[in-house]
Amino acid sequence: MILPRFRRLFALTTGGPNKFSFLAYFGMVFLALVAFVAIFAPWLAPYELTHMDVTRQLEGPSADHWLGTDENGADVLTLMIFGARVAGLVGISVVSICATVGIILGAVSGYFGGAIDEVLMRVTDILMAFPGILLAILIIFITQEPSLIAVIGALSVSGWAGYARLVRGQVLALREEAYVKAARALGLPTRKILFGHVVPNSLAPVIIQATFGVAGAILAEAALSFLGLGPQDMTSWGALLDQGASYFLLTAHLAIFPGLAIMFTVLSINFVGDGLRDVLDPHALTRS
Amino acid sequence: MARFLLRRFFASLIVIFGVVTLVFFVLRAVPGDPVESILGEQALEVDKQALRDCLNLDEPLLVQYGFFWQDVFSGTLGELCDERGVTVAERLIDNIPATMELALAAMFFALLLGIPLGIIAALRPYSWVDNTTAVIALGGISIPNFWLGPMLLILFSLTLQVLPNPGSEVAGLTALVLPAITLGTALSAKLMRMTRSSMLEVLHRDYVRTARAKGLPRAKVILKHALRNAMLPVVTIIGLQFGALLTGAIIVEKVFARPGVGTLLLDGIEARNYLIVQGCVLFISFVYIIVNLATDLFYGFVDPRIRYD
Repeated sequence: MILPRFRRLFALTTGGPNKFSFLAYFGMVFLALVAFVAIFAPWLAPYELTHMDVTRQLEGPSADHWLGTDENGADVLTLMIFGARVAGLVGISVVSICATVGIILGAVSGYFGGAIDEVLMRVTDILMAFPGILLAILIIFITQEPSLIAVIGALSVSGWAGYARLVRGQVLALREEAYVKAARALGLPTRKILFGHVVPNSLAPVIIQATFGVAGAILAEAALSFLGLGPQDMTSWGALLDQGASYFLLTAHLAIFPGLAIMFTVLSINFVGDGLRDVLDPHALTRS
Repeated sequence: MARFLLRRFFASLIVIFGVVTLVFFVLRAVPGDPVESILGEQALEVDKQALRDCLNLDEPLLVQYGFFWQDVFSGTLGELCDERGVTVAERLIDNIPATMELALAAMFFALLLGIPLGIIAALRPYSWVDNTTAVIALGGISIPNFWLGPMLLILFSLTLQVLPNPGSEVAGLTALVLPAITLGTALSAKLMRMTRSSMLEVLHRDYVRTARAKGLPRAKVILKHALRNAMLPVVTIIGLQFGALLTGAIIVEKVFARPGVGTLLLDGIEARNYLIVQGCVLFISFVYIIVNLATDLFYGFVDPRIRYD
């Protein structure tokens, strides 16, 4: 059910009236590059991740260290290459968890209505009453030394509510469609109707939101790391930027490069998201 | 309308109840002894016991939950139980003006930049002006404020030396310029996109064509007839984004070493003082809930076409 849809989606992005713009292609290429760097980090990085040279702290870019060194004398390029892993892992895991939980709960809530719907919507109201990363900050406060898993968990706790709302709205509209009624009249089990017929047809806006969600999760992780609340077991771009902001009076490189990495990754995801929106939702005004 | 107001108000009360409950129980899940994390492990047993008594930590959890509601209702948000004898609310009140000043300045900057650019882009859709503002808007959304801040500092404080360094003695408006731009850029980008699409929609309406046809000056048609109607969704965005400004302020206050609720929260986390963390989180979410409610009500108030049932 899902695979042919993706094949059709791919066909729509490469041909047809709403095919991907130059910017969307640029975004795809850049993201492919980030993914490549993240996967092959140990082979691409010029130094070992544990390499530190305390005699060369906070040096600017040079032939030995293309992007300079950090406060421990570690190579910034190496740290950034491994940082791509954190960004990718956080972005993909958070969105996968949130979208899965959100789709299931939202679909059930919208299809059955009643008490389930009422309770679930009040829960999403409460979760959405914490703006931005505030709930994640609160959850990370519980863990003394947040790990990557803890950060992903903290961001997922608050993140699924938006998907649930979105899918619920879609399902509410779709459950009155003729083909759903036909499926019900044929006596298909509810599970099959819901996840075989209703949910697949409600996915277009979810795919768009999930794409932007990856960018949001990467930004949120970087913001947490910048506040010193990010994963302590791995080097992230946000943590490097935190160092950079502390030492910007001495040297600028440490603040510039990790920020560029975050910005171009997020920008690329947004380009792809805009492209997908044009493909999947021809009614939407471009750049609305 | 009255029924809508009442329903919306009760929904907000449920949300507040949920938020308070969630914050209480999440913070009680912090591992270790909260008294030890506030006072340090080396503290005297007498002091530890005194703090434990003052915070009612020896009571059962549900009794503590009751006391917590008492603190919320009385507006103190709990005693800090340190030697100065202040409440969490008093610490917050000391810090709220700085954060509000920052948030309002950022809002001002965002409105000043976002709405005019959005209008200009809508008047010439798909022209170079429109394309340029679209790129600026997408950039503005993608630039993390924790990066924009240091970059602005490097450019304006260090290199050009036109604006003061963070933490320097210069106070007043000049010290607010860079933090406000840092915090307001993302919002201005969102306003730009929203104003553009909203204006584009309105400009094609019949009453705008009529206004033009009867020979009104172009500026009057755009500013009076079109803009007024196009502003409704923009107002909603402004309301909904106020919460983002408050969480953004946590980051911007750190970048510029400014005092404020965000700095108080981060200091509370650093000191592992759950009372401060709890107070700051509750304050920020309460403001967010109230602003959202106000936006909803305002929206219904200014647009009589909206019927709530």
